Amino acid sequence: MPVIYIDDQPYEVAAHHNLLHACLGLGFDIPYFCWHPALGSVGACRQCAVKVFRDEHDRRGQIVMSCMTPVRDGLRLTIDDPDVRRFRATIIEWLMVNHPHDCPVCDEGGHCHLQDMTVMTGHNYRRHRFAKRTHRNQDLGPHIHHEMNRCIQCYRCVRFYHDYAGGKDLNVFGAHHHVYFGRHESGALESEFAGNLVEVCPTGVFTDKPARRYYARKWDLQSAPSVCGQCGVGCNVLFNERYGKLVRVDNRYHYEINGYFLCDRGRFGHDFVNGEERIRRPLARESRGASLRETSADDALSRATQAVAGRRVIGIGSPRASLEANFALRELVGADSFYLGLSDAEFKSANLSLALLRELPTASLHEIETADAALVLGEDLLTTAPRMALALRQLARRQPTAESIVACPVPEWNDQAVRELVQQQKGSLFSATPGPTKLDEDAAAVYYGELDEIAGLGLAVAAAVDQPSAETDSLATQIATALRNAKRAVIVSGGNEAVMQAAAAVVRALRRAGRDAALCLTQPEGDTLGLAMLGGRALSEVVRDGAECVIVLENDLFARLPEADATAFLERTKTLIVLDHSITRTTARADVVLPAATIAESTGTFVNYEGRAQRCFSAFAPQPDVRESWRWLDALRSSLFWPTFDDVCRAMAQAVPAFAKAPDAAPSAAFRQIGNKIPRQSPRFSGRTAITAQLNVSEPKPPDDPDSPLAFSMEGSREQPPPALIARYWAPGWNSVQALNKFQQEIGGPLRGGDPGVRLIEPEAKP
Amino acid sequence: MTLDLADILKQYPHAGRDALIPLLQSVQENFGYLSRDAVIAVGRHLGLPASKIYGVATFYNQFRFQAPGKHHVQVCRGTACHVKNSATVLDAVKRALKIEPGQTTRDGAFSLEVVACIGVCGLAPVIRVDDEFYAGMTADKVRKILDSYRKKEAANG
Ligand code: SF4
Ligand code: SF4
Ligand code: FES
Ligand code: FES
Repeated sequence: MPVIYIDDQPYEVAAHHNLLHACLGLGFDIPYFCWHPALGSVGACRQCAVKVFRDEHDRRGQIVMSCMTPVRDGLRLTIDDPDVRRFRATIIEWLMVNHPHDCPVCDEGGHCHLQDMTVMTGHNYRRHRFAKRTHRNQDLGPHIHHEMNRCIQCYRCVRFYHDYAGGKDLNVFGAHHHVYFGRHESGALESEFAGNLVEVCPTGVFTDKPARRYYARKWDLQSAPSVCGQCGVGCNVLFNERYGKLVRVDNRYHYEINGYFLCDRGRFGHDFVNGEERIRRPLARESRGASLRETSADDALSRATQAVAGRRVIGIGSPRASLEANFALRELVGADSFYLGLSDAEFKSANLSLALLRELPTASLHEIETADAALVLGEDLLTTAPRMALALRQLARRQPTAESIVACPVPEWNDQAVRELVQQQKGSLFSATPGPTKLDEDAAAVYYGELDEIAGLGLAVAAAVDQPSAETDSLATQIATALRNAKRAVIVSGGNEAVMQAAAAVVRALRRAGRDAALCLTQPEGDTLGLAMLGGRALSEVVRDGAECVIVLENDLFARLPEADATAFLERTKTLIVLDHSITRTTARADVVLPAATIAESTGTFVNYEGRAQRCFSAFAPQPDVRESWRWLDALRSSLFWPTFDDVCRAMAQAVPAFAKAPDAAPSAAFRQIGNKIPRQSPRFSGRTAITAQLNVSEPKPPDDPDSPLAFSMEGSREQPPPALIARYWAPGWNSVQALNKFQQEIGGPLRGGDPGVRLIEPEAKP
Repeated sequence: MTLDLADILKQYPHAGRDALIPLLQSVQENFGYLSRDAVIAVGRHLGLPASKIYGVATFYNQFRFQAPGKHHVQVCRGTACHVKNSATVLDAVKRALKIEPGQTTRDGAFSLEVVACIGVCGLAPVIRVDDEFYAGMTADKVRKILDSYRKKEAANG
């Protein structure tokens, strides 16, 4: 590894990085704007200047942009020299010339990279006395708020939106002092990944529009690490709460899964937590025909307990509930009476996925991104697993990059140069889908057909992998050749059984040929695979069997069963007990409704498409009558068995061998850092407010949290927590999300202490 | 306005992204500006999103996005004129017409363009209205000149 000298001190750094990346990784603070670990360098902002010296005798040195300077052995530099310091202060003064200085009313304030960098460079006095150029803002739709005057022209937004995510409708307009970033006219942003602009933009130009309604600064948010439950990818998120409302969902970095970016469904799709449809009190009805009315928790529980006592009870689980909730239901009703709560197609596909994942290796999103070839069979990933589509796009972008770099050695981080070299070349991404998808334009070849034709293509590819032939005109041979030539290949599929089998056949063929190939199968919901691992019967059987008393866990039967079946089944049910957080057609027919906590208010374990168990922690305590589903279900049993989350999680690990490792997904509630819990609130949290003064003038006592090592408090450990417990990104001088640099082993690499979660499924077949 | 848009596009069969600027130039030559419809049609022809085309077109000063006015006002901001305080002149024109460079007044009477040297530096600061040059401009003179054009218009009905 090369050695560089910073102020004459030697440091070992990785050879393939630029100076900025290397210095930040060593823990030095250099201000920067346009560089981003996932987007590379373009040298647009001139903020990251450092001084390099020719040799140890050179005392004059030369100012260079650290983000554009490759690391080389023996390089000598200084970060803290009066010349560069002055240079950086001048740069930020220029960048700020037209900035409106409106931090107090800016939604970025408090987690703004521009604020941090301004303080870091020491620019604190405005000399510009003239009129500022102003821009007209655009209405960019329901999710993103636009405030162009705050722009500092770092170009990160277009580079993410356009280059990285393939969005077509955001661009840069104009030149010199009137550069404008936006759409060609007002209108909702079209990309599925537009929400990331909020985190990518280092200023307050693009901010989270739904979050603006709550007027909350980052330091006033109570946050906890969690997992997105909107699809099976299982991206890591931070839920942020203030005054009982979910304010914002932020990306939580996970090297193997979502990295720096989420999809909009994950970021903006959790509004049901604050929704009008939420059930916040237990409901019950006197008799069939009477209407549901609010009741006390005790009353609801005693009704439910009576209904359950001494009868055959059927439990219907849910792919959107945690493993623990499903397990608690299974324990209550017995394994024989536990039904998975999946539609017929979902049931088959989930069980097949499980079987295939037990046989063949799978790949994380990071492994997809860095693979050399990929084939998508049958799935429109932008709707079923959006973040996976973004990973595949990077594969398609990376591959020609790698080739061009060999031909003409430029560093991979030099984004502009690489784009020049790559031009319109495409990597080995192939897609076969029933209709056009947004991933098509990144693909080297696309195929449209019915699902059985797609399965046929898959089998033809597998055959062509087995028997390479000289004729190359057919699509199957073309794909097979590309897959065979790849060092690592991934096959992505999901949904339809025949297509999934065909995808597995391709992986098997590649592995027979000695190639490293992985199978990725999408799952529709956050815990679909976990539910299949827990095991249970198909919902279609319950319709046939029928039962006197049915407990439905966080599920709407009308979404899973044909209308007539669902109606007939519920008609035959004498007592229907439903646990859910929002009103559905099923809760409307229930005799007892127990209000369940949403994912943002619960602690639980979810299993993603790879079979990775991940823990989510409650960001805030649910309202008094709302409880996590496993708690309700535990209370329905004859005695209380599981006082805390750890008890139910451990019980599950013992009862279900597949989940033996599930408790390791995150530290248990007993975990302490130097004797302290991890605070969910920042040290600056404005806890004392008058917001509840109309109810009681004294401050309410913060709720206890027996279920996790996190505390509903600003008090606790000030150390950096283990990766599974990171509740916010903050470091001295770094209030914005870029503080993340300080949490990673290597910038853009795994988190310190390893990325959270455990893979529960290990394939039998070793390569 | 000799050709219509379809004819212009026909001159660039099977064109790719590299034909964008010449194509925009032909459109502007024929129509005097790039209308929204023209941009979208060009985009469809070349397979580029509108945002990309506007991105390229707004980078260059030569492209206009509003139909030129009846009278086209050019204010010189070249070096000689700058030294002779053309900034004030430009400001006066902007105030008098209530538009920014590149725009056209709402009644369609005037459009404004900033140019860098019209080649008569000795007369700096200079403005040009249609084919007339006006030398040694001041804020006052600018207002009078523009007023005279307005009056002429009014007289012609
Ligand atoms: S809008 Fe934000 S990301 Fe885009 S150039 Fe301006 S400051 Fe940078
Ligand atoms: S890809 Fe799936 S898990 Fe990730 S943020 Fe989007 S919906 Fe959530
Ligand atoms: S970060 Fe180096 S020039 Fe912008
Ligand atoms: S600088 Fe204005 S005419 Fe030459």
